[in-house]
Amino acid sequence: MMGKGLHRVGKAVLYVFLVAFAVFLLVPFFWMIMSSLKKNIDVFTIPIRWIPQVFQWHNYVDIWTQAAMGTWLQNTLILSVVVTLLQLLTGSFAAYGFARVRFPGRDALFLAYVATIAVPWQAYMIPQFILMTKIHLTGKGLWPMIVLQAFGAFGVFLMKQFFETIPEELSESARLDGLSEYGIWLRIMLPLSGPALASLALLTFVTTWNDYMGPLIYLRNRAYFTIQIGLKTFQADPQGSSLNALLFAGSVLSILPIAIIFLLGQRFFIEGIATSGMKG
Amino acid sequence: MSTTASAPRTPRTPRATGASGGRRTSASPGPTRHHNALRRRNTALGWSFIAPNFIGFALITMVPIILLFYMAFTDWNALTTPNWTGLANFERLMRNTTFRAAVAQTFYYAIPHIILTGILALALAILLNQKLKGVAFFRAAAFFPYITSIVAIAIVWNLLFSPTYGPINEILHFFGVANPPKWTVSSTWAMPAIIIVGTWREMGYYMILFLAGLQTIPRELYEAAKVDGANAWQRFVHITVPGLRPTTFFVTVMLAIQSFKVFDLIQVMTDGGPGTSTYVISYFIYQKTLGYYSTGEFGYASAASLVLFFICLTVTVLQFIVNQQADLVKPWWSSLPMIVGLVFFALAVWGFCVGHALIIGWGWYLVLFVLCFVAVGVHTSILRRRQS
Repeated sequence: MMGKGLHRVGKAVLYVFLVAFAVFLLVPFFWMIMSSLKKNIDVFTIPIRWIPQVFQWHNYVDIWTQAAMGTWLQNTLILSVVVTLLQLLTGSFAAYGFARVRFPGRDALFLAYVATIAVPWQAYMIPQFILMTKIHLTGKGLWPMIVLQAFGAFGVFLMKQFFETIPEELSESARLDGLSEYGIWLRIMLPLSGPALASLALLTFVTTWNDYMGPLIYLRNRAYFTIQIGLKTFQADPQGSSLNALLFAGSVLSILPIAIIFLLGQRFFIEGIATSGMKG
Repeated sequence: MSTTASAPRTPRTPRATGASGGRRTSASPGPTRHHNALRRRNTALGWSFIAPNFIGFALITMVPIILLFYMAFTDWNALTTPNWTGLANFERLMRNTTFRAAVAQTFYYAIPHIILTGILALALAILLNQKLKGVAFFRAAAFFPYITSIVAIAIVWNLLFSPTYGPINEILHFFGVANPPKWTVSSTWAMPAIIIVGTWREMGYYMILFLAGLQTIPRELYEAAKVDGANAWQRFVHITVPGLRPTTFFVTVMLAIQSFKVFDLIQVMTDGGPGTSTYVISYFIYQKTLGYYSTGEFGYASAASLVLFFICLTVTVLQFIVNQQADLVKPWWSSLPMIVGLVFFALAVWGFCVGHALIIGWGWYLVLFVLCFVAVGVHTSILRRRQS
């Protein structure tokens, strides 16, 4: 009896702790949404008002005319979709080579791939920038960003891990039926890799959507600004900085697509990250 | 990395795989003409799969990393042709007080951030690995900050931290704190503010890694330990900790790298300021080359990049050695050189950052540190060979 009572108290304490923690985690988002519905002059007030007096829904209309939201979102969407497709295609293709074809130097090459995951990008961003300039990729619209993001080692790694769990017998019998290795990749491996492809697609899409440093360095032309860099310049701009509530409306809009994707595909995010940690 | 359990195959004639290390070596008759042709065909086939990704990967990652090692020893400024200058860049860096401060600030961010994030992520993972109502919601809530854009995060946290208009200080006032910190506009509190935001943002990611690790530990182990009368703490130490070792290794390596390279969070929140109070190594690299007040000193910045690279490499190698040692039977004194080595490392970093020598210069401490770890590494590999 006592043990059970104690257990119940323990559980209650646990819940209080978890709820407090969830508040700490989510309050910034609550604050962001509330501020986006205030009047511009009401974002900074004393005393602090958590909930706006009148909800200014028109902020979400005004931001499109006051800032180049349309262009930013369009650029970000194009970039994220193209990068995701390329990453899926080249990543899974290379992964098949690493997982199922044996040739000299393969394992050393794979080790080189994995080792670069542990090298911080900040350490080689300068030589990378110089190289990109030398081959005349900088200043060509979204291209430098596409090249930069689409050939990551992460996709190769993730897909290889997954391909290795698919029984070899399936490919073997396909081979007997006369399917080429490319055919096996397309007709056997890809259809069986749905969850892994979904994980990789979602993680790549979100990373590209949220990338700030890459666009900061490579996208210097306003016409090609992504949402992140656009919002940042809007904030730094003297005209924009007075439009506080609009800035928050823009922030909410910038994370809304990610929030929707996350809610729909949560399982794939978690599985993708969990797989990446399993290499030990 | 993980070598496949399922034996790799070649198309049509699986026998030929043997020579390159598969299981069928005994069956293969040695290099023959037929075999060589197959090997060539496999190589072509393998490369045809890898090439589309590899060309991009080599261009944007491998070549730049190799170039880094060359550029760091030149005076390249993007206009003139680079001249080999040997260690001149490094000597200049050592004398540069801004760089010294940047190294100090990088450690000041990284160490508390690694400890806080690691512990919170593990605690959260253990809590959320239990059968509780609403677990899915809490997991999602913990993870969501990690996939939120850094710009939106900076905008909202800067407002939350605002000294006069921010809710955080309002709450502190409410609890009777008369002079709450000025957070991002004060040079003492800017870094703690960034550490808080960094922890808030990243712990959900590491929580997921820990959760995945926890799920690989069989529940029966816990039940058996309970029957044997082990309390919660004993179960944690004797089951959870060893069971999580591969995960912990991965988490600490990634977390350390992510902390030492910190850049975008600082760029969007404080822009290195106020003054240079949040100026870190990555920020130094950026400012010298691509930033607003760029001096175009690409060679010089590459030397700073190389320092960052070696800090991350050192941390990774340390973790690797610790991980290798973990399941060995070893004498009690075997962790001494490691502890002494870490003390030397701390003295070297400290000496470098403040610019004073404590009995001997920081460079000597660095040498001692390296010696200690070579000793630890050699000792570990001897033990491993003996015990395997």
